[in-house]
Amino acid sequence: MISVTSNPAWFGGFWRSVRSIVAHRQLLGLLVRRDIKSRYKDSVLGLLWTLINPIVQLIVYWAVMGQILGAARGIEDFGIYIFAGLTIFGLFSEALSGATSSIVANSGLVKKVYVPREVFPLATLGSSMFTFAVQLVVLFGACIVLGSAPFTPALIWFLPSVVLIVIYVAALGMFMSALNVYLRDVQYLTQIFLMLSLWASPIVYGWTMVLDVFQRFHVPAWLLEVYTNNPVTLAVLGFHKAFWVAGPADQYPSGLGLRMFIACVAGLVLLWIGQRVFARLQGNFAQEL
Amino acid sequence: MSLHSESMVENAPDIVTIENVSKTFTIRKDNSLKERVVTLGRRGRVHQESFQALKDVSFNIPAGTTIGLMGPNGSGKSTLLKVIGGIIDPSAGEVRRRGRLAALLELGAGFHPDLSGRDNVYLNAAILGLSRAETDAEFDSIVAFSEIGDFIDTQVKFYSSGMYVRLAFAVAVHTDPDLLLVDEVLAVGDEAFQRKCMDKIRQFQKEGRTIVLVSHSAAQVMEVCDQGVVLSHGEVMFIGSAAEATKVQREILEGRRNEVAEESAGLEHEAAPAAATITKIAVQGATGEHNDTVERGGEVTIEIHVTCDVALDHWNSSVSVDTPNGQQVFGTGTRRNATSHGPTSAGETILRYKLPELNLAGGQYFINAEVSDGDGAPLDALWQGAMFFVPMEFRQTGTVYTEAVISEG
Repeated sequence: MISVTSNPAWFGGFWRSVRSIVAHRQLLGLLVRRDIKSRYKDSVLGLLWTLINPIVQLIVYWAVMGQILGAARGIEDFGIYIFAGLTIFGLFSEALSGATSSIVANSGLVKKVYVPREVFPLATLGSSMFTFAVQLVVLFGACIVLGSAPFTPALIWFLPSVVLIVIYVAALGMFMSALNVYLRDVQYLTQIFLMLSLWASPIVYGWTMVLDVFQRFHVPAWLLEVYTNNPVTLAVLGFHKAFWVAGPADQYPSGLGLRMFIACVAGLVLLWIGQRVFARLQGNFAQEL
Repeated sequence: MSLHSESMVENAPDIVTIENVSKTFTIRKDNSLKERVVTLGRRGRVHQESFQALKDVSFNIPAGTTIGLMGPNGSGKSTLLKVIGGIIDPSAGEVRRRGRLAALLELGAGFHPDLSGRDNVYLNAAILGLSRAETDAEFDSIVAFSEIGDFIDTQVKFYSSGMYVRLAFAVAVHTDPDLLLVDEVLAVGDEAFQRKCMDKIRQFQKEGRTIVLVSHSAAQVMEVCDQGVVLSHGEVMFIGSAAEATKVQREILEGRRNEVAEESAGLEHEAAPAAATITKIAVQGATGEHNDTVERGGEVTIEIHVTCDVALDHWNSSVSVDTPNGQQVFGTGTRRNATSHGPTSAGETILRYKLPELNLAGGQYFINAEVSDGDGAPLDALWQGAMFFVPMEFRQTGTVYTEAVISEG
């Protein structure tokens, strides 16, 4: 006989939850497909919308930031630079905001059927990965058209960047989605958080520009470390390494690989905490929705 | 406590054990940041109201039984079902269970309106715990059961509500559950479909599956359940056979009905400046502890106490007998019998209706009476002015009693 009650134990409970999610992997797959299939249903352009949004964003940033405000000076192939950063940030942004509202959006299911509730934030992560894959194809296309095909050994940097984002979205997404059930302010807070993280990572400007500014104003060195080691910055830098072939080596902080590894380990700890918090809060989901 | 049906193996293993389960809901009256800050700390607790939906509920469900969960509205039936299903965590206590569970708390809870019927079948089956291969194997049978036909590839939002429910039920009953939780979802669909649902439930019983059914319908519980659990205000009032459980449920409902009637009585009676008022209805010929039990085929006299404010020389009365669902089983009156009352002087008078050989089947019945003037314009009416029981009889259902003789050849 198994206990129906969710297990709030800090140790052991995590692996039970993981096993239960693995047992429901087919459901997870179907939920991802449901999200993708229903997202652009009955719209004429359909999947094209997944591209229109980042392309408009790209044009605006390229024109306003790059040309008018002059951020493009000192950054070669500024278009690719921005697009690479926006692509990986788009995954983070879409997945996290989707995951935050996922439990509330699936309230009909949460209230009436028992499934491990972690599948809902994870399913939004899955469908965001799909959008990301489409944008990645376009990014490859753009790189080739603009004459600097990213088929170099550095392309391998793409992998740790994605892993980093996936770990952090899963961790934060679970935490935020559970909290959002009790306090709906969380979904608006997430939007603010995402806006800040867009500007707190070197997407539309160069990392060296930040370095210059920090040195000019004698900002303590640890603050630069905080800026550099935030997982979104690391993932964006990794993406630049992979796709922005024209970038010089001094555009990156030293020891990027090690930094990413440490961030991944920290992310896994965060994932464990996020899941435990989720497990504790989920017992009352059905009555709060 | 444990429920063991006589018809089942005595030592069937328990499929669910419920141990000292309590559930307290906290109802917050405010949920905005401003209000939370204003009522921070000790005063904040004043703004919380707790409501105990389940109080120390314990019982075991042996495998293979069908249990009816009964009780008036708000007695905690659905909460208990959700706790068993793992949808809500109890505040205290523990529920343990084994085997595959399918919870029919709401049909089509997982349906997405933009997806086709086919996609929704796979999705809903996965939600209920079926693997893709299992769904593939059952798919044709699901479509056949739901009678959806070619519409299976149409988006679900274009379905009629009946089609929607049929498809959802078809998926649910094909998930091969060991334990099926049903929350009043069977009260949907047309008669033919309801019959189909009941047939499926009976088939489940035959296959030795366990069913927990929440129902307000005593007839339904009598028909399908072998055990009954009655809840009231979150506490278990009764555990035992389905027939006895329906009786306890009726007594509880009767108690509640009287409370409500007393509360609203003042209002109703002041509003009627009638020439004649029905003060009381009494049943003569009843026996039993509360003097409210009528034997099958017995003779009953209904007494209607009427107070006339003025002298009436020509007036009428009528009487009817209802089931708790409001279904009339018998009715008559002076006008139907081409007679009338009167002349009557002011004051109290008693009208008597003798009903010899009242062949009603087991259950609870209410008596209504109405008085009207010589032209049939109503003067006063008393709804459910009296109540009586006819003892339950396992051999038959319905409202009419007759001694069936079964033979063959």
